[in-house]
This record gives sequence, structure tokens and C-alpha cells, in this order.
Amino acid sequence: MRRAVSASIAVVGALLLVSLFLNLVPGDPIDVMLGEQASEVDREALRRSVGLDQPWYTQLWTFTRAFVTGELRTSLPPFQKKVLPAIGEALPKTLLLTLASLLISVALAIPLGVAAAARKGTAVDSAAMGVAVAGVALPRFWLGPMLIIVFALWLDWLPVSGAESWRHLVLPSLTLGTALAAFLSRMTRAAMLETLREDFVTTARAKGLHPRVVLWKHAFRNALLPILTVLGLEFGGLLGGAIVTEKVFAWPGMGTLLLTAIEKRDYNTVRATVLVFTLCYVLVNALTDVAYTLVDPRVRRRS
Amino acid sequence: MSEASPVAAVVSEPVARRGFRLRTLGGWFGLGVAVLLVLTALLGPWLSPYSPEAIELSAELAPPGPGHLLGAGENGIDVLTHVLHGARVSLVVAFFAVVVSALVGATLGALAGYLGGLVDEGVMRVVDVLLAFPGILLAIFITSVLGPSLANVVFALSFTGWTGYARLARGQVLTLREREYVQAARALGSGSARILFRHLLPNAAGPLLIQATFAFPGAILAEASLSFLGLGVPPGTPSWGALVDQGTQYLLVAPHVALFPGLALALTVLGFNFLGDAVRDALDPKRVER
Repeated sequence: MRRAVSASIAVVGALLLVSLFLNLVPGDPIDVMLGEQASEVDREALRRSVGLDQPWYTQLWTFTRAFVTGELRTSLPPFQKKVLPAIGEALPKTLLLTLASLLISVALAIPLGVAAAARKGTAVDSAAMGVAVAGVALPRFWLGPMLIIVFALWLDWLPVSGAESWRHLVLPSLTLGTALAAFLSRMTRAAMLETLREDFVTTARAKGLHPRVVLWKHAFRNALLPILTVLGLEFGGLLGGAIVTEKVFAWPGMGTLLLTAIEKRDYNTVRATVLVFTLCYVLVNALTDVAYTLVDPRVRRRS
Repeated sequence: MSEASPVAAVVSEPVARRGFRLRTLGGWFGLGVAVLLVLTALLGPWLSPYSPEAIELSAELAPPGPGHLLGAGENGIDVLTHVLHGARVSLVVAFFAVVVSALVGATLGALAGYLGGLVDEGVMRVVDVLLAFPGILLAIFITSVLGPSLANVVFALSFTGWTGYARLARGQVLTLREREYVQAARALGSGSARILFRHLLPNAAGPLLIQATFAFPGAILAEASLSFLGLGVPPGTPSWGALVDQGTQYLLVAPHVALFPGLALALTVLGFNFLGDAVRDALDPKRVER
């Protein structure tokens, strides 16, 4: 309940910030957006379409109503298309990309982290953590082009860009997921080392259970909660990183929509995409909270 | 000044005076990278073989070789020159973004924790709102409205970056303000401002410093990302992110244009991450490395 309240406060605050930020810009925001040489007609048209000729509370109300009812239109006269259909097309693409990279990073990180913890202090451990440390430092907008050079241009295994088939999804989701995979494998290792020290693991070993059963059924299941926490928290990082990744691979998602809108100075689309991104993020965080209680009954009892 | 709280001064925890030692190879590597970056930023203009504005059409997209050690980019700009000058932009933007966020965040967070009540509610709700934006999105939004410039990047990164320090400082103040030395200072008649700035914040400085060290590579990466998107530095300014952006158009014919600035960036981020680990270990000996 408390969670729901603070989430709604965050959403309302974000709405305020997004719809009124123009009013906080020093000087005339239209100058900033169009440049001072723009014609008076263009300036007036833009001023009207983003609502800057109205007092702030009218702007807030008009924008919110248009956004909620799906009536919001692009702020570029004369062809003012509705914004919602464009978002409806782009959002699933971005969600597909983020989910694919989430899966890739889990698939890479959990075996790596568990192996490193099970063989702590060995070459396996150092190698896995070396890879993890390097993976965190690789900027996505650089890793992406490097993957393109190797796998698309030199080896010719995968397409350079676009979103026509699953093969188009491989390089973008690798690019987006690598940093999370690296971070997650360190977290997995740390969480596993923690649970491997627990008494119930010693007991399970003493009972003569197979080491693999102890590792996965006893230790890993109990290490899941911190791993899940990290996943939920980092999903927002993925949404943000998707903007950069989409630009590298010309992936037609929310990031591309946002960047094109910025380039065209289509301010209403910018506001709407930023808001939808934020809603997704808040929703995922709320879902993560729910997921805790499903994974760990102890949390349920405490709250 | 010091006659006001001799007891408090004695009981106060000597956080700032604790020895600082780098204990790991990673720490030394990180320190090396940091020193190298600062030197490059200071000496870059004298070290670089060309001017960043120099155009040499005959050398356009030339591969690395004697004339251009790291090759040439669009219009024959020298990649090495842009990488060296880019270090300066990265460092300056990240430095100011981190300092402004830390000062604003620590002050607001400490005030929220110390005063409680409405101030606390207000500050923490604003923090909640800013944290509702995923990753770099808010910085993109702000720079998209304000336009590309170094000052706007610093503003955008500070606007989004102070929340972490605020939460941390608030938490620290909430636990520290019940300590005996704070009560002693209060009993001796110290005012709120003095308690806050002379006793609470200095003792909360360790975690804040750790946070700042980790935020630094984050800010470097954020500036580069914004510049890659065309929202960071103004067009033509040498920046690692902008150079990678230029290079992505010539991946097949001239992969070096994107390769080298990205390597510099990755190395820098890696080094500062190691340095962050080392600073944390040095300031917090209680934490056992697993």
C-alpha cells in the first residue's frame, strides 16, 4: 500500500516535470527549440501546439488529458499526427529488446557466478570475475559497433541493423545485456558465497547429497532473492540503455522514436515517450516488489 | 572556534585522519589510469600532433600510420588529437557534475535527515520523482530541451545525480545525530548549523566520498553517451562519444575511428571502477573483501 502511494507520487511528479519543464527553461523556450532565426509563423505555431501560450495549469491539464485519452498529436504543423499509434508500434519492440537482453544476461551470469562461487579462489573464479569486471566498463554505444564489425561485417553471420527477424535481435540484445550480465554474475557469486556458508548447506552436504544438488537446490534457491532484487533494480538501466542500443542498430523502438522526435523538435512526442518510459519503469519496480513475496515467504510474513 | 566544543572534538570519530592505503593491484591500476587521464587532460593540447579543427581532405578516413598514428576520421581530422582533447572534455564534465551533485545532494539530504518533518518529506518525494526516470532518460530529456553545450550536460547530470548523495547523507545523519558527541556538542550550546556542518557531515564524508568515486566513471560514461546521441557537446567539439558516433558511419572502411575513442573510454571507466573499489576498501576497513 505504502509502495503504491509512493509510486503514484513519483508518477504524478514525473508528469509535472515532463509537462512543465519548458516553463523552467531560462529565456524563451521557443528560441532554444527553433533558434532565433525561425519565422514568426513557425514560432507561434509551435508555441500553440506545445501549449506555451497558456498558463501552466492549463498546459498541465491539456497535456494530461490529451495523453490519457490518446488524443495527443505531434507538435509539428501542418501534419499533426496522433502520437499514440507510433508509441503502440515502438513500445513492443523496445520491450522485446529489453526482455531478450534480460534473458541473455541471466543465462550468462548465473552459470558464471555459480561456477565462480563453487570454485572460489581457483582459475575459474578469477577468469569469470575478470570477464565480469571488464564487461561492466564497456560502453554500449561502443560494444555495439564492435560486435557489428566482427559478427556482421567480417564474419557475415548476422545482420547489421533493422528488426525483421530473430537474427536481427541477437547483436542488439547482446549489446544491451552485457553490462547487466557482468554485474549480475558478481552479485550471483557474492550471494552464493553467502548461502554456501549457511548451516543448512553444511547439513545437506553431511547427509551425503550430491554436490550438484546441494549447489543448485539448497544454495542457489536461497541466493535467488538478492539476484532478483538486482534484476528488478537494473531493469530501468536496461530501458535507459535501450535508447543508445536502438540508435546503434537502427532498432525501431521507443529510443529511436524519442531521438527522431528530438531531432524534429516534435516536443509532444518527446514528452509522451519520456512519460511512457517512466511508467514502464515504475511498473517494473512495483512488480519486482510483488515478485519478492512470491520467491521468499519470509518477506511476506514481515510486511 | 574550537572552544565551543572541546569534548565533541575529542569524541568525534577521526574518519578523515584514518590512513589511506591502496592495497590491491586493481587500486594501483585505477590510480595509474586516473593520473594518466588528468595528465592527458592538462597536457593534451601540447601532446596532440594536430589542432582538433584541422581538416585534411586528402587524409580522410586514412588508416593508422606514420602521419596519423591512430588514423584519420571524417574530413581528415586526426583521431589521436580528438582522443587526447576528448579526455579533457570527459574529465571536466565529470568533475563538475560529480562535485555539484555531491554538494547539492549532501546538503539537501543532511538537512532532510536533521530537520525531519516537512523538509524531509519534501526532499525525499522529489528524490522519488527523479528516481522514477530510468537511467539516462532524464538527462536526455533535459539536454534535448536545453540544447547541446558543456554547461547543459553538467546541469543535466547534476540534476539527475544528486539524489544518490541525498539518500546517503540523510541515512548517515539519521544514525549519527543520536551519537554521544553530537549530544555533547548540543549540550555545549552548538547551533544546528554548526552541528550539521562541523560534526555530522564530516563524519558522513567517507560513504559520500565512496559514492562520488563510483559516480565519476558513471558521469564520464553519461557524457559520452549524450555526445554519442548528439545531445552532449556542441557539434565539432572533440569528445569520445561524438567520435564513436562519427565512426559508426564508417565501420567497414575505417573501423579505427570508432575503435580508439571507445577503447580510451572503456579503459578510463575500468580504471575508475578499480579506484572506487580501492577507495571503499581503504575507507571502510570493517568491510571484508570476499
